[in-house]
Amino acid sequence: MKLLEVKGLKASVEGISILRGVDLEINAGEVHAIMGLNGSGKSTLSKVLAGHPSYQVTGGEVLFNGQDLFELPPEERARVGLFLAFQYPVEVPGVSNSAFLRLAYNTIQTSRGKDELDPLEFDDLVRERIKVVEMDPAFLDRSVNEGFSGGEKKRNEILQMALLDPKLAILDETDSGLDIDALRIVANGVNSLRSEHNAIVMVTHYQRLLNYIVPDFVHVMDAGRIVKTGDKTLALELEERGYDWLRAVA
Amino acid sequence: MNTTLQQWVDQPYRHGFVTDIETEIVPKGLNESVIRMISAKKDEPEWLLDFRLASYRRWLTMEVPSWAKVSHPPIDFQEIIYFAQPKPKKQLDSMDEVDPELRKTFEKLGVPLHEQKVMAGVAVDVIFDSVSVTTTYKSKLAEVGIIFCSLSEAVREYPELVKQYLGSVVPASDNFYAALNSAVFTEGSFCFIPKGTKCPMDLSTYFRINTEGSGQFERTLIIAEEGASVSYLEGCTAPRFDTNQLHAAVVELVALDYAEIKYSTVQNWYAGDENGVGGIYNFVTKRGMCRGVHSKISWTQVETGSAITWKYPSCILLGEGSVGEFYSVALTNHRQQADTGTKMVHVGRHTKSTIVSKGISAGRSDNGYRGLVKILPHATGARNYSQCDSMLIGEACRANTYPTVEVRNETAIVEHEASTSKIGEDQMFLFAQRGIGQEEAISMIINGFCRDVFMHLPLEFAVEATKLLGLKLEGSVG
Repeated sequence: MKLLEVKGLKASVEGISILRGVDLEINAGEVHAIMGLNGSGKSTLSKVLAGHPSYQVTGGEVLFNGQDLFELPPEERARVGLFLAFQYPVEVPGVSNSAFLRLAYNTIQTSRGKDELDPLEFDDLVRERIKVVEMDPAFLDRSVNEGFSGGEKKRNEILQMALLDPKLAILDETDSGLDIDALRIVANGVNSLRSEHNAIVMVTHYQRLLNYIVPDFVHVMDAGRIVKTGDKTLALELEERGYDWLRAVA
Repeated sequence: MNTTLQQWVDQPYRHGFVTDIETEIVPKGLNESVIRMISAKKDEPEWLLDFRLASYRRWLTMEVPSWAKVSHPPIDFQEIIYFAQPKPKKQLDSMDEVDPELRKTFEKLGVPLHEQKVMAGVAVDVIFDSVSVTTTYKSKLAEVGIIFCSLSEAVREYPELVKQYLGSVVPASDNFYAALNSAVFTEGSFCFIPKGTKCPMDLSTYFRINTEGSGQFERTLIIAEEGASVSYLEGCTAPRFDTNQLHAAVVELVALDYAEIKYSTVQNWYAGDENGVGGIYNFVTKRGMCRGVHSKISWTQVETGSAITWKYPSCILLGEGSVGEFYSVALTNHRQQADTGTKMVHVGRHTKSTIVSKGISAGRSDNGYRGLVKILPHATGARNYSQCDSMLIGEACRANTYPTVEVRNETAIVEHEASTSKIGEDQMFLFAQRGIGQEEAISMIINGFCRDVFMHLPLEFAVEATKLLGLKLEGSVG
């Protein structure tokens, strides 16, 4: 079943055109990787889908579960099951991580017609889910991302994914800044959350993440378009040959 | 996203209504005969009239202070009404006889005048324009020897106590507005906690300005004797008028040996409209004297209202080992101006002070922290820790910090930390991406920023402060 359909998507930031006609289809149960050089538009695509206010959609359309995504404000997109793991998770001083996680969880639950959890019930749940990313529960009592290392921030993102149970999770350079152990832990976490009901999009520069989370499709972006789509072997080929041969094609 | 922040900034004021009630006023303007008239109306003893007149004469020689970073057209002190009171129908014997219009007013403000309806047993003194309407739980407190009443009543019933302490912490000569207050103060609360007594409930005063053109000049005096302790709360609101109104209060606290006074304020005077028309000029002198050894005075304030706030709740740490604390949240938006902070004067040995100030500026407002930490030569082993954080919302507001540290004893340890941050688009986007609505997001971010201060508020007040920020958010989207 089609989860996401992107047709001719164009977008700009501060008047500069970044996406110049992106086409992409994602079905439930699939894992996609989007690769490309800096400035090719990968991260912009993630942010435009999630509704970041700095980006303007200038053309094309996106359907999420058959629904026009751009009719929904960012918080509604999250409530219908679109999740973005941030490349640079932001710090929120004074706001406890567990209070933030619980508010997010209860908001999403409520929108799904399910009951909210009180702090004690939620504490049980979060202590169970936190094992997915092998994170120290002490991080629940700290302010959101404040003073977290790069790796801890990324694990905290995947913890949020584990709690919110999205239909489509976009991981924006989740591998950047991770050492090999942290990468393995985060990848294991993501793999444990894969199912036939959800889909995952990984935005990455590097092949190494794809050794751990094996994609069904690999797309290469250049100059705001997807210029080539293949299976996992395409990533290996890119690792070997670089991007130049594709740029020539574009 | 910026439009959301803008909408949040443009919150309507909820307490801007006027109560239609017959009011008795003294004609506007200030001279000795007005002061004599106020004193006569209150049936005051000679010594108090003398105190007022001496203060007035002193005031005439003083200049309007100009050092604060606030600007306003000159105040015409002859255009102010110095005394206004709802016309009394007859002497009140019980709460049930309070004028129904007044009772409705306070119910609307969430301040019930019936003791049985008062949440969590907080005793309340209710002040409407220049007079005290009622004080709850008075007799229950009297059982343990605590005096809690309006200042006028204290003058009548306990003249020796008032005479002993009035002006002992803030003398009339202290500053221009303190002198003005000493000349014309009309009402306020008086609390006296006798030796060894721990006040069994929070004491609270609710101030309401109602009459257009009137000023409010209240005077609060709190005394905690040896080993006594009390937690006191203060709330304030005013109707929406196009003219500026002056509120020049004086609060004096005295703590004897091992006594502890905790003074909490949620200030929500009318702030003026988005163009800065109208609103209260809140020019207040608050000071506590830690006179006894190991005494402690703690100020916690949440300042969200007033067109201009000029206020520095301070502590004189006289007794050896005494402790002063100041926890403040000041939120300004539109054209509001706040120049607020504290003074900690370390006189005694091993005195300690803590300052935590959180400023939130939005709109085109100006929000400044001004602080003085002064360690005098005899204050061996004195310690101070100060932390000043500013948060900016939008592009047109300003935050300033003016800390002054004067150390004259080399054993003192003084620390100062400061930070400035912005509610960024990226923080808001994080909350949105997790399904959280904009109002809840702003509320959570602001409450997180203020947490170090809110945790020092008594529980009911912490809830009210959070709710106040919440009210400012309500209906801000859509």
